[in-house]
Amino acid sequence: MAVSYREVKGSNVSPIVSERGRNHPQKSFVSERAEMIPPSGIRKFFDLLLTMNDVISLGVGEPDFNTPWNVSVAGIDSIERGATAYTSNKGLEELRDLVSSYLISRYGTSYDPQNEIIITGGVSEGLDLAVRTVVDPGDEVLVADPCYVSYSPCVMLAGGIPVPLPCPAEDEFRVTPDALMERITKKTKLVMLNFPNNPTGGVMKRGDLEAIADIIVDHDLLLLSDEIYSELTYEGRHVSPASLDSLWERTITLNGFSKAYSMTGWRVGYFCAPPEITSAALKIHQYVMLCAPTMSQFAAIEALKHAEDSKDRMVAEFRMRRNLFVAGLNRIGLPCHLPKGAFYAFPSIESTGLSDEEFAERLLIEKQVAVAPGSAFGPSGIGHIRCAYAVSREDLGEAVKRIGEFIESI
Amino acid sequence: MDEKNREILRVLESDSRIGHKDLATMLNLSTHDIATRIAGMEKSGTIRKYTAVIDWKKAGDDGVTAVVEVKVSPESEFGYDRIADRVARFPEVKSLRLVTGSYDLQLIVCGRTMQEVSEFVSGQIASLESIRETVTHIVMKTYKEYGCELQRSEGVERLPYSF
Repeated sequence: MAVSYREVKGSNVSPIVSERGRNHPQKSFVSERAEMIPPSGIRKFFDLLLTMNDVISLGVGEPDFNTPWNVSVAGIDSIERGATAYTSNKGLEELRDLVSSYLISRYGTSYDPQNEIIITGGVSEGLDLAVRTVVDPGDEVLVADPCYVSYSPCVMLAGGIPVPLPCPAEDEFRVTPDALMERITKKTKLVMLNFPNNPTGGVMKRGDLEAIADIIVDHDLLLLSDEIYSELTYEGRHVSPASLDSLWERTITLNGFSKAYSMTGWRVGYFCAPPEITSAALKIHQYVMLCAPTMSQFAAIEALKHAEDSKDRMVAEFRMRRNLFVAGLNRIGLPCHLPKGAFYAFPSIESTGLSDEEFAERLLIEKQVAVAPGSAFGPSGIGHIRCAYAVSREDLGEAVKRIGEFIESI
Repeated sequence: MDEKNREILRVLESDSRIGHKDLATMLNLSTHDIATRIAGMEKSGTIRKYTAVIDWKKAGDDGVTAVVEVKVSPESEFGYDRIADRVARFPEVKSLRLVTGSYDLQLIVCGRTMQEVSEFVSGQIASLESIRETVTHIVMKTYKEYGCELQRSEGVERLPYSF
């Protein structure tokens, strides 16, 4: 998939020694791997939005709550005490112990804090770490589709081949055994899941996971489960794939503090896997990241110890907004499943006759409401828009009104 | 009190203007159910009043608020209740609590001027028979009222788009 320098940059930048002197590079220094990563599908919306006023942005991927103050104070305290040096590569022992107890009590997944947990710079690092630890060039990786935008680029950077694993609306945005079977080849090594899902809000219940577990075992595959939205589950409790006995040995579990505790900017999460995989990942993590930010690790300790109430209040608020917002979307004629997790609604906009990109662009220009086009999240996202209900109820009400007016005007 | 009623109260406490229809959608109840529950809680006195949190300084009001600590000799039969009941009747007294510590009653008193507040405290409160001592603290600045941070401007900038 390499793209040559001249095709990309155009002739006006090609060797022009005469104009810019001999110090000017004669070739592109950008690697082929970096070149093949497509640019962000949202850039033009970003630029457009900066020129506008009175925009309600449902394009955000983070909670609108502040980090619970006691958690922030724990971070501030660590700075004041001078606890700002590196931690061990794996992360603070107290934090790993707390993560381990939290996972077993909350989800029934058992990980040894000594050799099965690494504290990472958020799940973003965890994803890259996991993929680079297990993917060899040429390996095929099934990627839940639609999904968070970094999955395929991470696979490509590791030399793997991302293969979309469709989780369409008609399957309630879940992975079905049939969809999985259809895409497994001899080269398939890894399956990347993210439930509750960004951008659809879909979840996999225990039965849904059991239905695909045998296939994963039979084909000797590895599972990468990004569970960053696990606490934002609105009906019943999140089921972690590694809590299934048959899957523990072949699952890497990623989670973190960003969404549950409104800690997106702190960059702290964790990677959990069987010891063999964890020790291999630790080699990469120690050279690339060294350790997660120290003050953030201290804040994370406080989050696991004393932020349950803040988290519960936030989840309750998200549940109420979800009910209000999704009812509003359906009322104005955008069919939308009631998302069972995360803080996104993913309505179909096909009835409007517009593509999701056109819809998002015109809605922004004509009604000053920002949403993300579903196609940015993969082929199965085509014809949908992602709306984050991580804004106040007042803004959500106003957004529904404006989207309704927009649909009327098409 | 069941959990649904608690949820209703939490929402109303943060936004008392919310309509029954929205509340019903948010809490997955019927509008009729919401209305019945709220009426019940109004009747029982659980919900006392619907009000607004106002930053009077912003409204251009230069009135004076004072926190008044009051030491009381409790009465043998009534304890603090009868004197508290008398103090509470003054409209100048915005709130009144019995507290632990070095004094007994804590009042929030509002008036138009410092003089008005001081005349009220000395004339109407300190003169009551069982009141032994008052200490009046004039409020210089209110930072937080009913959960609202009055000095903080709204929200933190977030990226308008993030994945």
